[in-house]
Amino acid sequence: MKGAAFWISIVAVLVAGLVLTRVVSNEYYFNALYVILQGAIMAVAWNVLGGFTGYVNFGSAGFFAIGAYTSIALGKAFGQSLPLPVMIATAAVVCGLIGLSLGYLTLRLKGVYFSIATLAMAIVFETLMNNWSYVGGARGAYILTPDSHLWFNSYIEMLFMVMLLLTLGSVAISRALNASRLGRGLASIRDDEVAAECAGVPTLRLKLISATIMGAMMGVAGAPYPYFVTFVDPASAFSLFVAVNAIAMPMIGGTAHWIGPVIGALLVGTAQQVITVTVSSELNVLVVGVMLVLFITLAPQGIVGLAQKYLARRRR
Amino acid sequence: MSEPVLTVTNVTKRFGGFLALQNVELHVNAGERLGLIGPNGSGKTTLINCISGALFNDEGSIVFEGHDITRMPAYRRARLGVARSFQIPKPFRSMTVLENLRVPLEYAARSRAEHRSITDEAMDVLKQIGLEQRAHENSAGLTQVDMRKLELARALAAKPRLLVSDEAMAGLSHSEVDEILEILLALNRRGVAVIMIEHIMRAVMRFSERVVVLDAGQKIAEGVPAEIVRNPQVERAYLGE
Amino acid sequence: MWSVDLFANAIVAGLLLGGFYAAVSIGLAITFGQLDIVNIAHPAFVVVGSYTAYIINRHFGLDPVLIGVLFAPVFFLVGAAIYRVYYVSFERTGQESLSGLAFFFGLMFIIEVLLIMAYGVDYRLVTAGYIGQTINIGFVGIPFRMLVPFSVAAALTVGIYLYLSRTFTGRAILAVAQDRLALQLMGADPVRIKQFAFGLAIATTAIAGSLLIIIGPVEPSLGRQYIGRVFAIVVLGGMGSIPGMAIAALILGVVETMVGTFMGPSWSPAVSFSVLLLTLALRPSGLFGRK
Repeated sequence: MKGAAFWISIVAVLVAGLVLTRVVSNEYYFNALYVILQGAIMAVAWNVLGGFTGYVNFGSAGFFAIGAYTSIALGKAFGQSLPLPVMIATAAVVCGLIGLSLGYLTLRLKGVYFSIATLAMAIVFETLMNNWSYVGGARGAYILTPDSHLWFNSYIEMLFMVMLLLTLGSVAISRALNASRLGRGLASIRDDEVAAECAGVPTLRLKLISATIMGAMMGVAGAPYPYFVTFVDPASAFSLFVAVNAIAMPMIGGTAHWIGPVIGALLVGTAQQVITVTVSSELNVLVVGVMLVLFITLAPQGIVGLAQKYLARRRR
Repeated sequence: MSEPVLTVTNVTKRFGGFLALQNVELHVNAGERLGLIGPNGSGKTTLINCISGALFNDEGSIVFEGHDITRMPAYRRARLGVARSFQIPKPFRSMTVLENLRVPLEYAARSRAEHRSITDEAMDVLKQIGLEQRAHENSAGLTQVDMRKLELARALAAKPRLLVSDEAMAGLSHSEVDEILEILLALNRRGVAVIMIEHIMRAVMRFSERVVVLDAGQKIAEGVPAEIVRNPQVERAYLGE
Repeated sequence: MWSVDLFANAIVAGLLLGGFYAAVSIGLAITFGQLDIVNIAHPAFVVVGSYTAYIINRHFGLDPVLIGVLFAPVFFLVGAAIYRVYYVSFERTGQESLSGLAFFFGLMFIIEVLLIMAYGVDYRLVTAGYIGQTINIGFVGIPFRMLVPFSVAAALTVGIYLYLSRTFTGRAILAVAQDRLALQLMGADPVRIKQFAFGLAIATTAIAGSLLIIIGPVEPSLGRQYIGRVFAIVVLGGMGSIPGMAIAALILGVVETMVGTFMGPSWSPAVSFSVLLLTLALRPSGLFGRK
């Protein structure tokens, strides 16, 4: 997508979002959109390390939950009146550092060990949160909805716009990365790390940058979560479902291109909302797992890959 | 007689209990063509892995153009001007031929960038190698010989002053071998020192100004090709006792 | 709080538990240690084994261990089939790193959700004559529900170790990781060997599952707690070493029980993963691993 077209689209989506808040009054839609947008940020974030660099993170829920718990801890320490942007920024820093540290410990080994270590990290953090009574421990924490929701009709509408901004920001960063020298370096690491190193690519440094960006983005996705659900406990925040979605959405959408995770998130997220409402939430959870496995085995390049093949065939 | 561009001193490398390299010494002069031969398992690939930075030697030192690169990670050696091609080609499979060259141009050769677009520089390299027709093809779908050429092109794009070519001709036909040989000779004429590892004797002997022979991790002979072919130790190493 | 009594019991309990952990991990020692296949769904298969034992035990009253052994061939076939899909989709095309991992992750997830949909999230257990009885040696109590799994696990581990080191197929499995070409020259098809090995690994989960449900009640998400344990054990033991795996299993069992006894059970889940992270950071080749 050319630069001008991209930025026009961003503005258009933002405006559409604002219009939505004026026009639609049923809060359910904003709840649903919040969940889809959250999935989109997680998918875009995951793809920075997964699709662009080739290192699979199984512990996405860990970063997400720490982002949420950062908000909770800050709220307890400084009062609920602390503005949301401060929570988000802090979560980005905290989770970015976690990504960096985890990467430093494990990115020098084979990709497989990194993946297992991410799962380990998520469980270790979940255990820590279960045992930290300051943020509620295993019983969880209740978060009061702040009174102020600026000029919006309700708090959820404001949260929706915040998520929309964060999503568009993540997408813009991801796109810039994809097309940059850094992004090409990451792609060479993904394709052949040894050859990349011999071509002058500082592989460890780039992997660490990638892991830090991913961690920070996921923390950002999690920071507003406590205000969305009003009750957070480790079991729900560190849920495997978050981790599976973070992998399934980019893999279904297509991991090589920055737009893949967005497509995947919109498709899978919407499908999930529809299924939850019409059938059941367990089936919803099963569907994403099945879709993931089907796409990986049959269409590993994702929807973007299928589209590219289709267009290539038409050109001939 | 100029200062050697590469000096390998007393290099030893162990894998657990196995001694892969033992006190290996060699040097390469600027712009020289050095052949590195030896039977299978003699340590040639291990040696060039230590030179390029894919492995670190346990003892000894490696000096390149005055820099001690013994403990330097591979990417820094590439930036200094050490390039290598791989025995089994390792293209960046998601990229086109041209995009494959962007990586070394943007990373290894960054400090030696010219005031032209990267694409132009990449096309120049492709023209030298003879791959410019395939510039926009996906690298994963190339023929064997073209993949070998891409390997060399990528090494070239790093603007090296020393190129290590690891069996670039293995399994190629007679005329394909000549193509690769011509590319390496042309490269050398522009001032790049080349270490060639090869089993195809006529190629090594035609190409090299000097030959080093390894056997079981040790250097057993060194000299001009004419001497090496007459050396009884070399014959014994290849044919056995 | 601290007493010799408590300490001794904790050690013994830890060893018994560790022995059981070896049974759970041996399948992964084959798939991950020998075949380099990161089957993160391995513990999920163990849970399926537990549920199999539960169903048959409830309807026919058979002993759980017997059920495990009877169903091992079925699990073998399932494992072989899954490997086939994995091979065709990933190994053949060289994509095994990214997509292969995600494949097993998705599989793990599907298994867990299907179990929840079929049996809900309640705990299930089996009944057998010896569960609930305890031998007492001095002040140390050895419950049968730990002793039986330990014994079966020991037999299983020794059996597989002997199989791998003494039989042709077994040695072929050991070789396939190291030298495909040599294997082909010997007339063995590497793909079929790997398929057999994977099937064997899944077959062990039938037995491991039956042991799991003897030790304690089972619910669908229990598998996830074991991911950390099995990977920690295989990595700590060293890739490719069955004896190493067994020792690592015992170590983990003891450490976990100690932490649980003296620090509280809510810290136990972190133990295995912390062990794993430490091993990866300090000595990735494990205690007895090949290079």
